[in-house]
Amino acid sequence: MTAPLAFVELAHVDIDFPLYHGNARSLKKMVVSSVRMSADARHRVVVEALRDVSFRLTSGDRLGLVGRNGAGKTTLLRALAGIYEPVSGRLRVQGSINALLDPNLGMNIDLTGRENIMLRGHYHRLNRAAIARLADEVADFAELGDFLDLPVRIYSSGMLIRLGFGLATAIRPQVLLMDEWILAGDAAFMAKAQARLEDLVRGAEILVLSTHMPEVIRNWCSRVIWLDQGRIRADGGPDAVLDAYLERPTV
Amino acid sequence: MTEASRANLEAGCVLDFHANPSAAARRQAAWRDVREAAGLWRLGWTLAWLDIRLRYRGSMLGPLWLTLSTGIMVAAMGGLYSVLWHLPPRDYVPYLALSLVLWNYLAVLVTDSCAGYTQAEGMIRTVRMPYSLYAGRIVLRNLMVLGHNIIIVALVDLLLWSWPGPAGLLALPAMLLWLADSLAVAVLLGAVCARFRDIPPIATSVLQMAFMVSAVIFRPQTLGDRQWLLAFNPFFSVLEVLRGPLLGEVPGVGIYASAMLFSAVLCGMAWLLFVRARGRIAFWL
Repeated sequence: MTAPLAFVELAHVDIDFPLYHGNARSLKKMVVSSVRMSADARHRVVVEALRDVSFRLTSGDRLGLVGRNGAGKTTLLRALAGIYEPVSGRLRVQGSINALLDPNLGMNIDLTGRENIMLRGHYHRLNRAAIARLADEVADFAELGDFLDLPVRIYSSGMLIRLGFGLATAIRPQVLLMDEWILAGDAAFMAKAQARLEDLVRGAEILVLSTHMPEVIRNWCSRVIWLDQGRIRADGGPDAVLDAYLERPTV
Repeated sequence: MTEASRANLEAGCVLDFHANPSAAARRQAAWRDVREAAGLWRLGWTLAWLDIRLRYRGSMLGPLWLTLSTGIMVAAMGGLYSVLWHLPPRDYVPYLALSLVLWNYLAVLVTDSCAGYTQAEGMIRTVRMPYSLYAGRIVLRNLMVLGHNIIIVALVDLLLWSWPGPAGLLALPAMLLWLADSLAVAVLLGAVCARFRDIPPIATSVLQMAFMVSAVIFRPQTLGDRQWLLAFNPFFSVLEVLRGPLLGEVPGVGIYASAMLFSAVLCGMAWLLFVRARGRIAFWL
């Protein structure tokens, strides 16, 4: 039984965020000019998060996303994860997806570590035995010890990030989407995390990574897309795009 | 982690989003959402159970607090109103116990549904999960609460020896109707309340009003020859098709017709809204 080869395909994808709640008009006055806002056909105020984004990734591709804060990197990752559906254009993803978007990844901090692991296991449709193994494995990696059966709320920030990381990286997908938080952490933890992450990245057919760290992109990515104000500003090899990106005039 | 990866592969999901999808594509996506949620029933069950566990974590009685407080309520109100209205307690208390327990389910279901998607914002924004699963979680959670409260009804039946008899079997199809309606309410209110934040307070006041007029604490017979008016109250007819059989009474044809009609409208509206709004919910939060 082999799964079909993974691919990711976007054709002229637009994503808008309508501003329904709060006073859109006064908000509009407040926001800085770098935020792209307009009114749609029904005169609602919308934030244009992504505009005319097109690219295709096939098995083996390692894509890095760069761009300023608010350029649309996280929105693009969420769209690839199937959370935001585009308002225009077409988006197709083939293959199992694991999106490491947020360190807490929907974790409920009032539940214990074990319960959170159990929920994740059910989410991935694991059976009871596999969930028990997952709990052991993640607790071992995160060095939780007896904290496994205590609420996540009382964990130290280090434990929390180790749990989030361990859990997120325990499931091996075909398409791996990573936001930069995963690369943050103290030095001791990073050394430990590195091997696990590299293993995960190697196991995935497609990687999409959003980060501000050029050296990570140079190490891991075979292609880079530079997002600027929701549009693709450059798309190409890591060196060419990164050089252009790093030399951009600071605004 | 080979097993995990294999299970994940088998789940192998393919996303395919068109902008401005055709009505048929939207229906397909909504149907797929429901199928995926059904496949994740164990997750829904665990989420619902943890919700309850969390609410009573550290308390001695746990969810049995629900049973206890309902029991006290039934005892107090049953004693008072049977004297006020000169009703024999043997007749009135089982009626009141059942009415309160069922109404409590309905009322909490509505309030929970209003907060359904808004409360799950963090989860919706970080993991892709079928939207109908959130609705299923709310319904399951409230069914678990109902399961704790129904103990009181059984206890009253045992003490006053007021079991429903063979008519009680009619409660089974009514339960299916309630299940469908519950899911429809959770989907409908969840989506509408995510978009329009004024709906939850409106829903609360409508519920309060409905509690007063829907023959929950008074017997419909007390309305005399104006009883027929009750058939136009959807809360009453839906309540009565389940309550009647559990009290050993067979509801009239008019009540059944009214309950089915209102349920059909409710489920139809919920489905149409879900088909239309599913892809937009994440943007409304």
